[in-house]
Amino acid sequence: MTDTTHKAARPSPVAPPAPVPAKAPRGARRWRGLTPWLFLLAPLALLLVFTYAPIVNMVAYSFTDWDGVSPELHYTGVGNYVEIFTREDLFQVFFVSGYYLAASVVQIAAALYFATILGFNVRFRNFFKGVLFFPYLINGVAIGFVFLYFFQDGGTLDSVLGLFGVHTDHAWLGTPTSANTSLAGVSVWRYLGLNFVLFLGAIQSIPSELYEAAELDGANRWQQFRHIIAPGIKPVLTLTVILSISGSLSAFEIPYIMTGGATGTETFVIQTVKLAFQFNKTGLASAAAVVLLLIILAVTWVQRRLVPDERVDLV
Amino acid sequence: MNRRTVLATAAATAALLLAACTGTGGTSKGADAKAPDDPSKVSGTITVLTQRTDLVQDGTMEKYAAEFNKTYPGVKVEFQALTNYEAEVKIRMNTENYGDVLMIPAVIKKADYPKFFASLGTVAERSKKYRFTDFTAVDGKVYGQSPIGVMPGFVYNKRVWREAGITEWPTTPDEFLAGLKAIKDKTDAIPYYTNFAAGWPLTSWTYVNGSVHCDTQATTKLAEGDPWAEGAELGVGDTLLYEIVRRGLAEKDPTTTNWEESKPRLAKGEIATQWLGTWAIIQFQDAARQAGVNPDDIGFMPFPAQADGRFCAALSPDYNQAVNIHSEHKEAARAWIDWFTDKSGYVEDNLALSPLQNAPLPEVLKPYEDAGVKLIELDDAAGAQVKEIDAQSEVGIYAPDYRQDLVDLARGARQGSLDGFLDDLGEKWTAAQANAGS
Repeated sequence: MTDTTHKAARPSPVAPPAPVPAKAPRGARRWRGLTPWLFLLAPLALLLVFTYAPIVNMVAYSFTDWDGVSPELHYTGVGNYVEIFTREDLFQVFFVSGYYLAASVVQIAAALYFATILGFNVRFRNFFKGVLFFPYLINGVAIGFVFLYFFQDGGTLDSVLGLFGVHTDHAWLGTPTSANTSLAGVSVWRYLGLNFVLFLGAIQSIPSELYEAAELDGANRWQQFRHIIAPGIKPVLTLTVILSISGSLSAFEIPYIMTGGATGTETFVIQTVKLAFQFNKTGLASAAAVVLLLIILAVTWVQRRLVPDERVDLV
Repeated sequence: MNRRTVLATAAATAALLLAACTGTGGTSKGADAKAPDDPSKVSGTITVLTQRTDLVQDGTMEKYAAEFNKTYPGVKVEFQALTNYEAEVKIRMNTENYGDVLMIPAVIKKADYPKFFASLGTVAERSKKYRFTDFTAVDGKVYGQSPIGVMPGFVYNKRVWREAGITEWPTTPDEFLAGLKAIKDKTDAIPYYTNFAAGWPLTSWTYVNGSVHCDTQATTKLAEGDPWAEGAELGVGDTLLYEIVRRGLAEKDPTTTNWEESKPRLAKGEIATQWLGTWAIIQFQDAARQAGVNPDDIGFMPFPAQADGRFCAALSPDYNQAVNIHSEHKEAARAWIDWFTDKSGYVEDNLALSPLQNAPLPEVLKPYEDAGVKLIELDDAAGAQVKEIDAQSEVGIYAPDYRQDLVDLARGARQGSLDGFLDDLGEKWTAAQANAGS
């Protein structure tokens, strides 16, 4: 995005003059060069004020002992970072992310499955698309509350199981393993729709002649998937994997609303929020947020190295 | 190359902004909010921040304001109810615009009070009339006043306890556990409800502090010793909670409890007991009325421990009201606080304890008088230090987390022993004491 705009904005002096009427007065030419920047002004201002400034601010706080409200703050150097990397308990919460990571594998597989099926001509196709995407539109807080009732003792899940004659006396959020699995399940339910739509979009952008040709050649559905769809959606798949990993590392909404991090469901972000707002260690919490950002950047980088993003040419 | 330039510019701009945002600014230090001499001459519009969203929505606060205007016709009172009071007010307090009257949020360090609030007077003069003055006192000056006093205790359903054959308040934790056991055996009620999922009701257990040994110096001991040592106040309370859950006397699945539902359920006798505070009584009575059952079934009992043959209950302030140091109408703001504390009827409306010295107990606490429960007020000289240690150690005695872990431990969802758990808390706490001492 930015690259193209720059090229348009600053025609290089060496390059042959652009095919604009060469006789245009200087003022008009300058004006013309300025126009894209004027358009960019609003989004850039928003970006700076609401994204980059707070991030820089946060990085600055991470070097202080600020409590979030006191007019006084002291510079503590890398003290907060040293604390984060030397306190084992602060990193243990990443084990919880494992549940979400495992869940996102299931999620991607399911999304891919549904997207492939609904990519072909199926009856009630649009209805099913709606059904699958709908959970993503619901507010995360509402989902949290809905699923609290769902997992209650004698709640929706128990009643539904009861209809099938299964009477468990299981407290779904009762033990760390069960609670984390349940929460990860909710997260699959919620984000499946997003992955599904991304995949579906990619699948539908594959030219339909390819399928026709494949069908003429006698390729079955699996072969179509393997040789047309899979390579066609590779960039989207990579993107989804990156999103899932960063999402699992920074899972927050659902566990925070549903359990508040109790019973071993505390994630790194919940822990950060607690440091900042419960123990008023805004400095330490900022450092934790910066560390999380770096971890996610690192993971993404490694992943891009392992699976480089080549241009796929189907035709 | 070009992209880099943009990033660099962004960073530079942000750094400039940053300087503006983190600038500590020159806070004026030390101001007084004097009570006006002539009510008719006070004027101005004041904004009152409150956590009582319910009272603002149902117009109760407006009624108080109308009543207030009869004495102070020149003052216009406006209310702003904040749903998530602590978090929202904390952010607003980074500016100068945080209302004229507000509740002092827990996050503000006591030593910083003079930077944020105008003084209401000296301890010497205020303590003659009001309780809780030392909770907000810095260098002999008082910065806030709670409109009500609260006292911890068990909200219980009298009928259920009677049906289980218990008519006298238990006097030891063991007797209390035996009582809950009897409820479990003889009635259908859940003997004790933790409200684990909501979390904050569990923090009420911190307020056992002082009630166990009838010790006015309990807070100082928190600051100086290990609160979970054998027989120490919090240790006794947390052990009782542990035993309640371990013996299966609490609800079956604590992780999906519901606070709002727990009120009518206790009123109807489906739940027998909850450890909360006097502030909860009115809510449970209302729930009883709405559920169509007898509100007089809601009872309140002290912590099962006696010192010299008497029960004991420690009074503490609720949120303290204070005047913003940047307020332009400090007199009007002060007038509101005085009127609200002394004359508004807020205390009676909430069946609460009055913050005025020697005020009578509310009717609902008549059994306390009959039983000769001793009411004490804790010395809060070390209160600021306790908060400091609490934050330093990340134990969180005012947060639900460690008690949720305790409940998990008791019901076997977490590995370990009670002693190990309490020792661990004590270790963290005492380690932080060493650091916070400075």
